[in-house]
Amino acid sequence: MTSPALQTRGLRKSFGTQEVVCGVDLSVAHGECFGLLGPNGAGKTTTLKLCLGLIDPDSGEARLLDHDVPARAREARAKVGVVPQFDNLDPDFTVAENLAVYGRYFGMKDSQIEARIPGLLEFAGLNGRANSTIRTLSGGMKRRLTLARALVNDPQVLFMDEPTTGLDPQARHLIWERLRQLTQQGRTLILTTHFMEEAERLCRRIAIMDHGRVIAEGSPRGLISEHIEPQVVEVHGPGSDLWMERARTLAPRVERAGETVFCYAAQVEPVIEDLRGQSELAYLHRPANLEDLFLKLTGRDLRD
Amino acid sequence: MNARLYAPPALSLRFIPVWRRHFLVWRKLALPSILGNLGEPLIMLFGLGYGLGAVMGEIGGVSYFAFLAAGFVASSTMYAATFEALFSAFSRMHVQKTWEAIVNAPMTLDDVLLGEWAWAVTKSLAAGVCMLAVIALFGYAKSALALAAIPAAVLIGLAFGALGLCVNAIANGYDFFSYYMTLVLTPMMMLSGVFFPVDQLPGAVLAIAMALPLYHGVEIVRPLLLGSFPSNLLLHVGVLVAYSAAGFYVATVLTRKRLLN
Repeated sequence: MTSPALQTRGLRKSFGTQEVVCGVDLSVAHGECFGLLGPNGAGKTTTLKLCLGLIDPDSGEARLLDHDVPARAREARAKVGVVPQFDNLDPDFTVAENLAVYGRYFGMKDSQIEARIPGLLEFAGLNGRANSTIRTLSGGMKRRLTLARALVNDPQVLFMDEPTTGLDPQARHLIWERLRQLTQQGRTLILTTHFMEEAERLCRRIAIMDHGRVIAEGSPRGLISEHIEPQVVEVHGPGSDLWMERARTLAPRVERAGETVFCYAAQVEPVIEDLRGQSELAYLHRPANLEDLFLKLTGRDLRD
Repeated sequence: MNARLYAPPALSLRFIPVWRRHFLVWRKLALPSILGNLGEPLIMLFGLGYGLGAVMGEIGGVSYFAFLAAGFVASSTMYAATFEALFSAFSRMHVQKTWEAIVNAPMTLDDVLLGEWAWAVTKSLAAGVCMLAVIALFGYAKSALALAAIPAAVLIGLAFGALGLCVNAIANGYDFFSYYMTLVLTPMMMLSGVFFPVDQLPGAVLAIAMALPLYHGVEIVRPLLLGSFPSNLLLHVGVLVAYSAAGFYVATVLTRKRLLN
């Protein structure tokens, strides 16, 4: 297959007077893990819903697995799995019943679904929990069951809206490990996240969204080296605001957020040299990451 | 885009998995559900039917119990469909986000709504059949004609399931349903000849009554239970079918507006 798994052109969507998605062009190749990043309210979830044909765009077009969306969304979604932002498992059902009932929505026969359930439970690390009720599952288990449910139809493409939000580090690492397995199986993954670490670890390519627009696109490393100085020194402590004035002569870009001063540079030795003489100031030297890029592109203002 | 919003509901057999989901939940919670559906109308029926019946004597040549029993078959059918289309559908739509999970599969909102409607009708059918069985057990079903009240219960379920889904589509919380229950259904129950004959009501009030779907439901069910063929059957069926069709269309458009825009 040479056509992309997902392609959108000029997608736009307004709710009331507010335009939430303002002309989004995306292209995701088969087998790729693609991340959509952005602060809260950037339009990530709405973009996913438009790609899935769950809401109608005001203008623009989308093609998912060679089907026009939303016109042929039913055909497209037959080969797609979705992990929503908030778990919506059926609380009245057991683990196995959740999978069985969901498989029927894809027109699968009960015997077909039954045959898939043991493998799905194995994948989700829920062996022996087939007859557990949803209430007895931990947050991580529910998330894994939601992932298993999205795989019931053996989808080519998996959409995930913030797959690890609200999970503890152990649970998050387990999900990441499973998602890597899925890409190794050749499936296409499209996820939204605001965890930069998640995007850096999983995604081959990312797009950063803000105010309904894609403002940068590329590989995580490529974007960092393109947009940002490779080294960062974070400085805090009494007198840091005074020191900041001097720092401006030592590093090409110096920013302040709250009590912390951020110095970005290709060569940070002059900054560190100077800090060694400042016993009052604490500092951390680290390589630039996706979070720095993200903050540079979308600003440090709080989003609600 | 507006054309999609106002298009008639796309009826497809895809609703069956949705219906089966609701049935599976019901099977797990059947006992309290049956008690809720039947307990109250039966207690009311026996209390009012025997208690009030003792001082009322006969109405139109039949005992008050027999008169009231027929009315309660219609009204409990109405309430069974209503509760399902209001409270249960709202839980699935808004609280548990079950609908959202379903439409992520190759299902549409129209499939989900059709499944909800079919399920509400199933619940009213079950309520109607149970009421009929109890009434027959006590000897108040006069002839085999009473069996024809079963399809009548389906019609009542269709009408009130559709109306309930309209209310569900605009609800902002469970409390919202009090308006519909208190301001619409309770007066409708009073005006539709469930408790007393309506022909002695003032003309203007009678005219309102005749526009209400429950009135036509009672007009079909009561003669069937008392052993005679309903008069003006086509009119009564026609009104219930009209409420069902118009109600489901409006429910579909309102729900699309709520969830797809």
